[in-house]
Amino acid sequence: MVATPTQRLVVIGNGMAGCRAVEEVLARDPAAYRITIFGAEPRVNYNRIMLSPVLAGEKAFEDIVINDAGWYADNAITLVSGDPVVAIDRAAQTVTAASGRVEPYDRLLLATGSDPFIIPVPGADLPGVVTFRDLDDVDKMLRAAERGGQAVVIGGGLLGLEAAHGLSLRGMGVTVIHLMPTLMERQLDEAAGYLLKTELERRGQTILTGADTAEILGENGHVAGVRLKDGREIAADLVVMAVGIRPATALAKAAGLAVERGVVVDDHMVTSDPAIMAVGECVQHRGACYGLVAPLWEMCRALADAACGLAGPGFAGSVTSTKLKVSGIDLFSAGDFSGGADCEDIVMRDAARGLYKRVVVQDGRVIGAVLYGDTADGAWYFDLLRRGTDIADLRDRLIFGQAHALGGGAATDPLATVAALPDDAEVCGCNGVSKGTVMATIAGGACSLDAVRSQCKASASCGSCTGLVEQLLALTLGDDVQSGPKTMCKCTSFTHADVRRLIVEREFKLIPQVMQELNWSTPDGCASCRPALNYYLLCAWPGQYKDDQQSRFVNERLHANIQKDGSYSVVPRMWGGMTNPDELRAIADATEKYGRMVKVTGGQRLDIFGVKKEDLPKIWADLNAAGMVSGHAYGKSLRTVKTCVGSEWCRFGTQDSTGLGIAIERMTWGSWMPHKFKIAVSGCPRNCAEATIKDFGVVCVDSGYELHVGGNGGIHVRATDLLCKVATEAEAMQVCAAFIQLYREEAWYLERTAPWIERVGLAHVKARLFDAPDAVERLAARFAYAQTFMQDDPWARRAGGEDAELHQHLGEFRPFPTPALLEAAE
Amino acid sequence: MIGEWLDIGPVGQISPGNARTLPVQGGEEIAVFHTLDNQFYALVNKCPHKHGPLSQGIVHGAVVTCPLHSWNISLKTGQALGDDQGCVPTIPVRVDAGRLYLLRAAVIGATAPRAMA
Repeated sequence: MVATPTQRLVVIGNGMAGCRAVEEVLARDPAAYRITIFGAEPRVNYNRIMLSPVLAGEKAFEDIVINDAGWYADNAITLVSGDPVVAIDRAAQTVTAASGRVEPYDRLLLATGSDPFIIPVPGADLPGVVTFRDLDDVDKMLRAAERGGQAVVIGGGLLGLEAAHGLSLRGMGVTVIHLMPTLMERQLDEAAGYLLKTELERRGQTILTGADTAEILGENGHVAGVRLKDGREIAADLVVMAVGIRPATALAKAAGLAVERGVVVDDHMVTSDPAIMAVGECVQHRGACYGLVAPLWEMCRALADAACGLAGPGFAGSVTSTKLKVSGIDLFSAGDFSGGADCEDIVMRDAARGLYKRVVVQDGRVIGAVLYGDTADGAWYFDLLRRGTDIADLRDRLIFGQAHALGGGAATDPLATVAALPDDAEVCGCNGVSKGTVMATIAGGACSLDAVRSQCKASASCGSCTGLVEQLLALTLGDDVQSGPKTMCKCTSFTHADVRRLIVEREFKLIPQVMQELNWSTPDGCASCRPALNYYLLCAWPGQYKDDQQSRFVNERLHANIQKDGSYSVVPRMWGGMTNPDELRAIADATEKYGRMVKVTGGQRLDIFGVKKEDLPKIWADLNAAGMVSGHAYGKSLRTVKTCVGSEWCRFGTQDSTGLGIAIERMTWGSWMPHKFKIAVSGCPRNCAEATIKDFGVVCVDSGYELHVGGNGGIHVRATDLLCKVATEAEAMQVCAAFIQLYREEAWYLERTAPWIERVGLAHVKARLFDAPDAVERLAARFAYAQTFMQDDPWARRAGGEDAELHQHLGEFRPFPTPALLEAAE
Repeated sequence: MIGEWLDIGPVGQISPGNARTLPVQGGEEIAVFHTLDNQFYALVNKCPHKHGPLSQGIVHGAVVTCPLHSWNISLKTGQALGDDQGCVPTIPVRVDAGRLYLLRAAVIGATAPRAMA
């Protein structure tokens, strides 16, 4: 039997942290304290993280109770439920509850947890707007779900997605609104976020990322919908706010304890008052607040040691891991997955099985992991991470998981594993190719990956078995393996041609989708493949694909040309090289106001130098006001159409070359291409506009128009090839549009027309244009369709305030010599 | 403790994959980066090669590619990657309750041409 304790321990909070702390104290010394627990909710302690399965109907409340009434009785704990503590008197060492009940303490434990964060928008207090924090919230959601209708969940983090899943299973139509571009961005990288979004959409949820809530709309005193800042409105019978939590610190603050983001505690969970301890989501320890359950157990152990006067190591902070509790979606994340120079990313993707695994290694140790689709090894990676295990010996096999990495014998040498495969083992699932077939193909003379791909199709579709095919080549040929054509970049085993073809064939519409489906070896690509993919998608899906600014080189992102000092140059369009006094005056004024120099370019226009990035929208507004638009001198796009004066003035001129040049420029401006594209129109064979060193050149002759292609100046000067001769301006324009479209669809990114034509041959270009009677017409029509989305002046949009943050500083910091001062830019 | 960290505003003002700049009066401009996996880093906005504005580069992983000559610079260490040699000062960033903070001492240390009187 134990003696009656004399010390009084009062616990504020009957949640997981408070009760666990009490359990730990009891385990150390059941006689140490007489214990009273105050709980705001009128019920016993339950497992809050299992509320999601309750909402989803997978568990009942009884299933998630941790400590039933018997536990309180057996341990002589007084439970005061449904009567929250409203004040702490530290001098008198008492707490006062809402009912007026006063309880003295010798030690006080704050386990007040956290409060859901309510975004301060109009309508946030309407009936029908709920949070997702306790059983009462779940009851409200279940009652709403019984009536059916539409639910909007604000917040695409762990909690929000679990709420959305539950409501969707309960029969409501669900829309998730998430501020950030990636779901669960604190736990997931872009690739895993994409897979998750795709799966949730497949299950019928509507996921709006990058969506900022402006207002919650009401009707007859009840919630009726949500309006976003971009003006979209979504009808809703229920709105769940799950944007995040805040440590509940009001009591501690009122009592004068040290409170920052949370109640500040030391390694033994003692607050600034030695008689008061705190634990769980309400605390801030070494600057960190925790919203997950695992660190809580460690905190409770440290606290109990101190409360019972035992020496213990204390709480030293915690690495956390996360699993999403949505049935059928396996997702795990732990540690630091930000990657970087001194870190090594090991990525494995299996598009066919919807797998994405990424393990981040630093100094021979696992520091982070993101798993999607198969989380069986999550615990193992997390264990390696927490222990800081040296993984040097496992490095090559780490990504395949515990069973494979720790398996002995043949499994430790990848080549031996491949050698041990039977001949009928399937290597390529997409094309049904066995190891025996691949070996026979290699024996038959295929000595490169590309040759194997083209001869037996192994690894020619999704590419996930590329590694295996390469190992078979190495096994058979040793060092005689020939490296194939250059891959797009180090992130992929596919060539530009493969990627372009697969984007169209398999209808890939997003950059993360291409990377996942084609097994990219990096999480989000590199500075080579991102711009290329962005272009390929833009070209393949006009009007559907949304241009990704983060995949654009600076010049295309800022619509100006960066110079060596970090300033920009600005070139307004001069149609066919024509200008007038008004435009020249506007350029002169703009140069004086924002620039430092103006120069005539080789493309018959004026280039204003020395403009600061902050001033770009202003100079564009001025130039727009004088009727000028972007000259795209910065883009992989149509640059200029250079012309001579032609028959209007020149005594040799045969046709209106200026007029035709202007018409061609009006037709082609704004189009994105694999590389820059220059056009010229000369009025006679004297060729003053230098049309024969342009990507597309027109040389007018008496009887019509000679059309030339594939020329450029630059390092390797190349004169054009004659493509054809046509009789009318209309035909010249149609062939021009068709040729540009062929180049847009078939050339590789950063390949100008000259190397493209040398690679594929002029005969190929002619065949694609002229073999089928309607080929020119169809290509030109596709170009015209794409142009309907492109001929929208990007300068005008920026001058109107779009993407303003790209041009503005965050502020200015003035540390010397006056006191520090930060001034907002806006 | 107070003022050890310089508050530079809400995290939302830099979208993922982007960087924004913070001029320092009398010192070097700072570039603050937000990577696609939602980490924040700050560097002096000057490539160690030819002083290109790193804030304008393409961000991939925790690396930025300089817009002038495509050097790859680690956002974590400021070191040039690959065969290139060079390093740019980094400034510790803290994210707290949705706001970004730079370590004041590091801002001053990294950006001052030399100590001011």
